[in-house]
Amino acid sequence: MDIQVKELIADEKQEYIINMGPQHPSTHGVLRLVVSLQGEIVKNIEPHIGYIHRGIEKMCESITYPQIIHLTDRMDYLSAHINNEAVCLTVEKALEVDITDRIKVIRTIMSELTRIQSHQLFWASYGMDLGGQTCFFYGLRDREKILDIFEETCGGRMLVSYNCPGGLMYDIHPNFQQRVKDFIKYFRKALPEYDTILTGNVIFRERSIGIGPLTLKDAVSYGVTGPSGRASGFSCDVRKHEPYSAYDRVNFNEVIYNEGDTYHRYLARIEEMRESMNIIEQLIDNIPEGSYAIKMKPIIKLPEGEYFQRVETARGELDVFIISDGNKNPFRLKFRSPNFVNLGVLNHISKGFKIADLVAIAGSLDFVIPDIDR
Amino acid sequence: MRSIIEYLREIVLGIWSLLKGMKVTSTYFFSPGKIVTQKYPENRKSLVMLERFKGEVVMPHNEKNEHKCTGCGICEINCPNGTIEIISKVIITEDGKKKKAIDKHIYRLGMCTFCALCVKTCPSNALAFSQKFEHAVFNRALLNKILNKPGSQLMKGVE
Repeated sequence: MDIQVKELIADEKQEYIINMGPQHPSTHGVLRLVVSLQGEIVKNIEPHIGYIHRGIEKMCESITYPQIIHLTDRMDYLSAHINNEAVCLTVEKALEVDITDRIKVIRTIMSELTRIQSHQLFWASYGMDLGGQTCFFYGLRDREKILDIFEETCGGRMLVSYNCPGGLMYDIHPNFQQRVKDFIKYFRKALPEYDTILTGNVIFRERSIGIGPLTLKDAVSYGVTGPSGRASGFSCDVRKHEPYSAYDRVNFNEVIYNEGDTYHRYLARIEEMRESMNIIEQLIDNIPEGSYAIKMKPIIKLPEGEYFQRVETARGELDVFIISDGNKNPFRLKFRSPNFVNLGVLNHISKGFKIADLVAIAGSLDFVIPDIDR
Repeated sequence: MRSIIEYLREIVLGIWSLLKGMKVTSTYFFSPGKIVTQKYPENRKSLVMLERFKGEVVMPHNEKNEHKCTGCGICEINCPNGTIEIISKVIITEDGKKKKAIDKHIYRLGMCTFCALCVKTCPSNALAFSQKFEHAVFNRALLNKILNKPGSQLMKGVE
């Protein structure tokens, strides 16, 4: 509907329409929220997306499978490694390639490091959204250590491009194990600081407890996955329910809370960092010997058919669906990205709250806009 | 009476939680040894990037100005976004045979996404990544680079 027409209708209802975004700092990118307000109370939110739509799904149809990896990096750039893993697992499933245990374990460690750095950035930016500038510096300080580990092994810091169909691009760097162990030791001490600075802070608690509650029923029917869904009691961890890579050989808890408010969505992410560290500690000392990449044909062609793989990124469930017609390019490639689905629930949970709470609610869902637009 | 006690208790606990946070920040304030900030432009000379860092694609030449690129074009095929363009020429070798050789290996840094597929798939390991990371230039045309140096030849023994 045209914005002028909308304003006329809003005038009748005594509502006031404002644009939040596309350049608003707390939308973490170019997301535009058209918010109808009555006084300070949010009545309706209409997300407008597509400001950085690049047509990744369509682009994938014209490039080969190894080339798709560099595009999935740029979808959810904070869990780039996990996105790449999803495509690689689908291709390997289609070709029925048996990858070695070494690849599986390294991929799992890398995925968990990616999850930790993503949640660190969440913590950093969420603190800043709610007025705590210190969090941003401390979060990025610790994230830098993981990025250095990535840089040493993969060559890239954020957009790692480390997976390739059939294994990994390079073997791990000789320093990798020692650096990861040092990081875990360091971060076990640093994580309580996070709790002291933000979790216990009275201003933060007042602004987040009880804000934007999402019930289990709504979480299931809107399909909210990831830490946001698990904070509402929705047991949706793909790592637990459909283990891929090396997740079937590690012990970890699925972090579940039943309250479903902003505060518990935040807590779920903090607890997930602890669980990720547990997973890494179980695997880092016994990385099996073996080849780091299976020899693939120079031109990878998938047999005709449909292939599907689910993975758990830092923000929820990413599904990759490939239809192949036997060529070197996919006939159709569909991503079910977690952020796009999580955005759908924003209107539902922020109705009736203040406009200032909208920043807290949107921040707690942890959007990455390139993943919404693709 | 109870509500007043509750109210005062909340105020005291709130201030206490703020003080606990302040304790962390003030610890860092008074121990500058823990600060990790790098003074970037000043430490430029001592700054060393890690060996696998993907700075830009280069073609290593030896001291005789010889490279390993045979001009096969596999990097051009594998590049997802047309960063690499190879212009080849036909040369006549010493024993009189015609042979395809590289004339220009054009690399457009502005389009490169550093996916490493060219370096990875090169059959003769002619390409590598350099550790250079300061790519800013004033003219966009300077980002289009020719990787083989003028007058360079194919290294002996590389087919």
